[in-house]
Amino acid sequence: MADQSLSATLPPLAAAGPVFGLPPLPYGAGDLKPVLSAETLQIHHGKHHARYVETLNHLLSDRPDAPRTLEAVVRAAQADGERGLFNNAAQAWNHAFFWESMRSKTSRPGGLLAGAIASAFGDVDALGRRFIAEGTGHFGSGWVWLVARGDALDVISTHDAGSPIVEEGVTPLLSCDIWEHAYYIDHRQDRAGWLTIWWSMLANWHFADRQYGAALGHGEPWRYPAPRAA
Amino acid sequence: MAFSLPPLPFDRAALEPVLSAESFDYHHGKHHKAYVDKVNGWIEEKGLEGKSLVEVIRLAKDRNDRALANQAGQIWNHDFFWQGLAPEGSTRPSDKLARLIEASFGGQDGLVEKMAEAAVGHFGSGWAWLVLAGDALKVTSLHDGDTPLSLENVKPLLTLDVWEHAYYIDYRNERPRFAKTVLGKVVNWDFVSQNIEQDSIAKADQLVDA
Ligand SMILES: [Fe+2]
Ligand SMILES: [Fe+2]
Repeated sequence: MADQSLSATLPPLAAAGPVFGLPPLPYGAGDLKPVLSAETLQIHHGKHHARYVETLNHLLSDRPDAPRTLEAVVRAAQADGERGLFNNAAQAWNHAFFWESMRSKTSRPGGLLAGAIASAFGDVDALGRRFIAEGTGHFGSGWVWLVARGDALDVISTHDAGSPIVEEGVTPLLSCDIWEHAYYIDHRQDRAGWLTIWWSMLANWHFADRQYGAALGHGEPWRYPAPRAA
Repeated sequence: MAFSLPPLPFDRAALEPVLSAESFDYHHGKHHKAYVDKVNGWIEEKGLEGKSLVEVIRLAKDRNDRALANQAGQIWNHDFFWQGLAPEGSTRPSDKLARLIEASFGGQDGLVEKMAEAAVGHFGSGWAWLVLAGDALKVTSLHDGDTPLSLENVKPLLTLDVWEHAYYIDYRNERPRFAKTVLGKVVNWDFVSQNIEQDSIAKADQLVDA
């Protein structure tokens, strides 16, 4: 299936299926400096993420019966073994979730989540070590996640475009991109350094708190913006 | 006992501007070295004394040891990749290779195009390959740390690394431009020509105590 870095222009879209947008970054491209340069965010969002969304819309363009949420598209593609559609749909979703997982000023987890972290990992620093080790040990491209299964927390990694939303009952709370394109401009080969500074400087605990609330049944989890109807 | 990091078969600046000296400092000096160091840390624990790299890759597969297969495979893949590169204009295909290229791809441009297509179409990390299957050339791609040792009845001839670390310093996200430029300009055609006649898998092999 077409890679996100394909430079050839795709033919114009005559969409019979849903058309998903590229959600804007929830901050300015320079706001996450010095951990992430403006150049990194511009390429990562404007080239990689944009390309996944573009390819996704292409693959859906002749499918008037495609599901009307990206979450459902990802799950259906996984269930049907449609690799190309899954890769692009899941990468579109994962990246939008990743942007939400970062904030220019990190904080600490709130009451409910802090309690769950204490009982599952001891404390936030121990969770951080677990998160960093999971990402550092992951061979190849992928994602590290803090997830809730029901009310229980876990740290997992997924390979390539893999996404925890295909698993019933799992709510992701935070995600860090460990494809090399996520950190190579600013941190070169140093994935451990990237994960360490990401954890201490960028992790968006307000977002994680809200996601954990949703996992417990209070409010809705984050969802990818709805598509334009065909 | 240890595997060694094979030196680059050219000066680190010899392929500029196609591939920068800085990119080799990282790609050879950090990535390739890290794979060697990792496997060396396992020699006693995994009983690799006296083995060759190719034997290690095969036994990792037999033992279903993914971590070892990945790291050892990456040592071999990178060594093979370096040998397939040479300064622009310094090598050319043998008559026999030229005939094979003509028959399978209609010419060298056709081969570059097909192999670049495989490189660009590969999702995620991996390698684009030119292989000899019977008496025909074929292009394929392999994922992550997989090697052509796992392919039946083919002889590896040339590879292109399509992990993002291979091109991000010099080409950023532009994998198509990286693939076309490297394959179009700095392939070591002498190496590819010789591989047709020789045991190419052995070219990136080494003994653990070398
Ligand atoms: Fe990414
Ligand atoms: Fe590499």
